[in-house]
Amino acid sequence: MEPASSKLRIVVVEPDQERAHQFVDVLRSAGDFELTVIGEASALARRIAALDPDVVLIDIENPSRDSLEELTMAAGPTERAVAMFVDRSDGALTAAAVEAGISAYVVDGLRPERIKPVLDAAIARFKMVSRMRRELEATKAALAERKTIDRAKGLLMTARGIGEEEAYALLRRAAMDQGKKIAEVAGAIVTAAELLR
Amino acid sequence: MSERLEIGYIPLLDAAPVIIAEEIGFAREEGLELAFHREPSWSALRDKLAFGKIDAAHMLSPVPVAMSMGLGGLASAIDALQILSVNGTVVGVSREIAARMHARGLTRDAMAAAAVGRALIDVHRQPLKVGVPFPFSMHAELLYYWLGALGLQAPQQLVVRTVPPPQMPAALEAGEIDAFCVGEPWGSIAVERGLAEIVLPGCAIWRFAPEKVLAVRRSFTDEAPGRLASLMRAVWRAGRWLADPAHHMTTAEILAQPRYLDVSAETLERGLSGRLVVSSAGEIRRIDRFLMFADGAAQFPWRSQAVWMATRLAERLGLDRSEAAEVARRTFRADLYRANLADIGADLPGASEKVEGALESITPVASSTGRLFLGPDSFFDGRIFDPSLTE
Repeated sequence: MEPASSKLRIVVVEPDQERAHQFVDVLRSAGDFELTVIGEASALARRIAALDPDVVLIDIENPSRDSLEELTMAAGPTERAVAMFVDRSDGALTAAAVEAGISAYVVDGLRPERIKPVLDAAIARFKMVSRMRRELEATKAALAERKTIDRAKGLLMTARGIGEEEAYALLRRAAMDQGKKIAEVAGAIVTAAELLR
Repeated sequence: MSERLEIGYIPLLDAAPVIIAEEIGFAREEGLELAFHREPSWSALRDKLAFGKIDAAHMLSPVPVAMSMGLGGLASAIDALQILSVNGTVVGVSREIAARMHARGLTRDAMAAAAVGRALIDVHRQPLKVGVPFPFSMHAELLYYWLGALGLQAPQQLVVRTVPPPQMPAALEAGEIDAFCVGEPWGSIAVERGLAEIVLPGCAIWRFAPEKVLAVRRSFTDEAPGRLASLMRAVWRAGRWLADPAHHMTTAEILAQPRYLDVSAETLERGLSGRLVVSSAGEIRRIDRFLMFADGAAQFPWRSQAVWMATRLAERLGLDRSEAAEVARRTFRADLYRANLADIGADLPGASEKVEGALESITPVASSTGRLFLGPDSFFDGRIFDPSLTE
């Protein structure tokens, strides 16, 4: 089942172009592979089958993933691209891949030592991407909280004729009394003010 | 202090039993809190269950069977504790193909599987390409059974392709597929958007087809038997609750919420009530037993159902039939169903296997309470399946 060329053929399924490029860069640095990127969801299984890769890498959250399951059923039992992950035996590596959010479809008969660097690189990449996603979400949330707090402060300053610092102190005290976050108290004030308008 | 369980599901109408178990309070009564994980695909749901990211899942009934046979990637033991839903799928075609079928005088009988199948075969050049949500699904099994019995040979004349339901309309348009089989609400959504027409409910092919199961890792069943029993009781009671038509509206409203299905409650009620709008012209078909959650021991995981699926898969993929039947039997946990649900009033059939397809009408059978009636379970072509003939 070894391909004629000794280079490992890898298909990366990733609709986001920038992420796909970064992915390719990381894989290139991990070894000398023949890489193809597919961005489009339509007829995915057939396009991959035509490329006849050794390994397919796809985000676990990709909604098109189910189409690839077909690859595990193609042709006879000896020829089909059955294995997902490393020859079904390396549980730790597989668990790490799932944890990182990556699915790998690996053609049967590929030696584990050849696939390991690919998966290691992919896992590292996916972990970084998901950390960046989390950071972005946290930043967005923080910005939204900041805006709400500013609006609540403004409302308090107008309603009670107090200064900014005093308004903030008031918010903080209310939050402590109620065992809530300042942003939550601020949110309640903003909502109430909108309803009373 | 309630115990938290992580539950994975795909946003479909038949995820109702697990969602209702939490929302109506059956889980709380058992000291459980169900935390939900809406998954983007069946393979992601399966992998997360296999690797312990979730504790239990709303799963396609053939998946535990296929996994026990070593099909579909991960070799991991997954068990079906009980059936979550029976039936509930539809076959749809593009409006263009529907028009051609009508031009040939298509019957108005909603359950005429043979006539509808022949019409579909007649109006389309071969191979006929049909989309299903997953290779290991009742959708795929029903299509192979139906069109196979009508003479189409796979893969020369019939190609079954996996297309995620949200992508079905685009696949129809691109000519990737000619028809599809999906669960609700996807059939109704396709009709609603004017992209397709529903030509047959899945229950016209097999009148009692186990569709989704409550699935767990086999290790989970051994780790904490008490917790497992609590989960089974909560979901079982939710199924009974769902079977009452008076609860359709509440169910539709709960599932319609953005955090669950995010689909209009009106669309969801069609599947719950079995009153389907089948074409853009607003034509309504009333389908008896379209989607069942509890009636006729619907929740009982009949081992014969697992054997039916396993032998069908084995035949198609050229694997050993009796071996497949043997491993599949073990994945449908009729034993746990008996052990955990007898005390709360579940009607337990006298046997854990039955001849599939033998019942044409509602029939009384031997059971623990002596009051169990099974509904019709016949196949459209009248064949029967005897699970004891696989040994």
